[in-house]
Amino acid sequence: MNFLKLAKLFSVALIMATTANAENVLRWTSQGDALTMDPHSQNESPTIAFNGQIYEALVARDIEMNLVPELAESWTASPDGWTFKLRQGVTFHDGADFTAEDVVFSFNRALEESSDYKEQVKTVAKVEVIDDFTIKLVTDGANPILPNTLTNVYIMDSGWAKANGVERPQDFAAEEETFSVRNSNGTGPFMLTSRAPEELSVLTRNPNWWGNSMFPGNVDRIEYRPIKNAATRVAALLSGEVDFVLDAPLQDLKRIEATDGLTTKTVAQVRSIFFGMDQGVDELRSSNIKGKNPFRDIRVREAFNLAIDKDAIQRVVMDGLSFPTGIITPPGVLGNTPELDKQYGFDLGKAKSLMEQAGYADGFEIQLDCPNNRYNNDEKICQAAVAMLAKIGVKVNLDAIPKAQHFPKIQKRISDFYMLGWGVSTLDSHYVFSYLFDGEGSWNGIGYNNARVNEITKLIETETDIPKRTALIDEAWQIIKKEMPYLPIHHQVLGWSMKDNVDVPIAADDHLRPRYVVFK
Amino acid sequence: MAKLDQSNSRWQRFLDNDIVYSFFTTPGAVIAASITFIAITAAFAAPLIAPYNPFDPAQISLWDGKLPPAWSDGGSSAYLLGTDNQGRDMLSTILYGGRISILVGIAAVFLGMLLGVTLGVISGYFGGFTDTVIMRIADVQLTIPGILVAILINGIGRAALPLELREEFAIYVVIVAIGLTDWPQFARVARGATLVEAEKEYVQAAKLIGLPKITIILRHILPNTLRPVLVIATIGLALAIIAEATLSFLGQGIPPTTPSLGTLIRVGNEFLFSGLWWITLFPAIALIILVFSVNLLGDWMRDALNPKLR
Repeated sequence: MNFLKLAKLFSVALIMATTANAENVLRWTSQGDALTMDPHSQNESPTIAFNGQIYEALVARDIEMNLVPELAESWTASPDGWTFKLRQGVTFHDGADFTAEDVVFSFNRALEESSDYKEQVKTVAKVEVIDDFTIKLVTDGANPILPNTLTNVYIMDSGWAKANGVERPQDFAAEEETFSVRNSNGTGPFMLTSRAPEELSVLTRNPNWWGNSMFPGNVDRIEYRPIKNAATRVAALLSGEVDFVLDAPLQDLKRIEATDGLTTKTVAQVRSIFFGMDQGVDELRSSNIKGKNPFRDIRVREAFNLAIDKDAIQRVVMDGLSFPTGIITPPGVLGNTPELDKQYGFDLGKAKSLMEQAGYADGFEIQLDCPNNRYNNDEKICQAAVAMLAKIGVKVNLDAIPKAQHFPKIQKRISDFYMLGWGVSTLDSHYVFSYLFDGEGSWNGIGYNNARVNEITKLIETETDIPKRTALIDEAWQIIKKEMPYLPIHHQVLGWSMKDNVDVPIAADDHLRPRYVVFK
Repeated sequence: MAKLDQSNSRWQRFLDNDIVYSFFTTPGAVIAASITFIAITAAFAAPLIAPYNPFDPAQISLWDGKLPPAWSDGGSSAYLLGTDNQGRDMLSTILYGGRISILVGIAAVFLGMLLGVTLGVISGYFGGFTDTVIMRIADVQLTIPGILVAILINGIGRAALPLELREEFAIYVVIVAIGLTDWPQFARVARGATLVEAEKEYVQAAKLIGLPKITIILRHILPNTLRPVLVIATIGLALAIIAEATLSFLGQGIPPTTPSLGTLIRVGNEFLFSGLWWITLFPAIALIILVFSVNLLGDWMRDALNPKLR
């Protein structure tokens, strides 16, 4: 009897041991960590990408950026809104059922003051429950691109949120700490098993995920370990310590490609890098010019634009892997045209004379806020800009800090001059206008407020006539191109590096999608 | 004629001095001293002899970035040791960086010496409870590796400063951190020397005629403790330069806007995988040569100034 029991125990142990060996673990690194686990607190790409393993939205994008069903199986438009058929039999990680009520709850949560997704969902006037698995998003007028804007609006379990007191998103800029910052409960393919911010986060496969048999991915566990130093990230890949580096330095891609057992993939990213110049305040905080704001003078903004040599940045800082531009929205997004994409050019002589005309022949002093763990070569671009602006007499004091401290400066509108990158998940200019240009936009850190641009932002929410809508978008971009509120640098190129025993399809939005990741 | 003779004989006397004799008969010491002298002069004269001013952004051209040394393929004769990723001349950045490394080293050693010698002399002269307290603190600190103490003090110093002042004051924080790490060495040596001196007759005599303690310490004891302290200080300088480089290499020290040699090595390290070896190698070589020669000089001084070794 005892012997039998023992034999059983042994066989169980043996099975467990072999399955453990066969586990496909994807060890993943990139420079910064997700800022929070709260799905509605920060609209920041790495945070969205990481949380997108745990939480799901109604609709998603596949590797080619096409819209595909996620928690909704199908959707249809009507003049006053969109009707979504929800997927049935889906459960959250804690076992609770996913129903229409959770969708209502999540949309209301995304509209709260502390949410960073208000711009994406504010055209939804009401979420109507038709039955347990059918909902209607009622809009103020027809919103032609509504499904496009929902790919990042993750659905939470209403019961879990209420039980843990997180009915409201974490207020990130106020450094609030809530239960949902370190804990999560989604419907997604992976469950958060452990989380040490900036150190190690472990995700394990959700055995009950609805898509387990529908997607090719065979990753059982993800270990995400942010490594700030670029060379250390590459060293970790070369030594076999990690399987996948999301953001190896561009200058190292050749070296990685040449190494046996490693491979790289590049793609033009849907993300533009630019500088913001605060025109909203009467006096810049960090400048020696008192009583007026030099950035309010378009000649100063143009001089800055002409003083930055984007081609030099592309050639030397980015090793050729970027597209210099004159618009802060990349090709592939509705609104970008080859004509708008042309950069303002580099003309030091003209820049100097513009500064002179504006009354700043001797330049002025200003602080440039820059992240140092977010974009490709972010700090190095800023350093290059410091040297370039010095040539028109502007003394730039660079403050390069981690993104977790950098972004709140922009959202609180306390930065005079800053670097930001903007990816466009909806592939439509509305997303750019509503966040970066609209007078009320939550990432409009420059205080830009143009009545016509604000109006167009509103109009294109309901304009269903495509040529007319496109013309409106173009009109807004023409105004922006002329007024130069931002200083466009380039569109990013992505370079992903990985071991060649794992196939990680690269996506233009820089989001890792483990459901397509296959270990050979 | 007589004058010349006199100066000759003075020169002769100088040469006959034990220490000077030992110096000129030890080739290592001569070489080390020359290199140290050249390095320190070059560092302090950096603004005069460096081909460019790497801290003046208006002199930098990004198009000249990532150029290899002049003798390699694609190198430019305008930049002997090549340029870094921002187009700064490596030779100039090394000269300016060496200046900061040496300045920080000297200041830190001076601070450590000031603190250590003061505490050491007090400890040795007064003895008893004071001695026990000071020396036990020194012992405890000596059990912890110096660099850890420096990182701790540096971390506290940085955290205490408001964000906008951090960069500006980083250099002083590093000096204080290394200085506070160094003092036990000085304290022990100064205490030992004080104990020996305090027992000597002339000190006893000074006490008997009623000279105040402070006079005895400053006029009679302190000068006689300085010989061993000087040896420690020279070796300490090499260690302080290394400590600063370590802190900066770990990203805890001097910020990249006014880089020291350690910062240059750290920044250059990022480009090692992509084949831009010169950005990190040349500052590293400069650091090694500098520290090695200061160390050799310290070694020789220890031997020359220690009568027991002669």
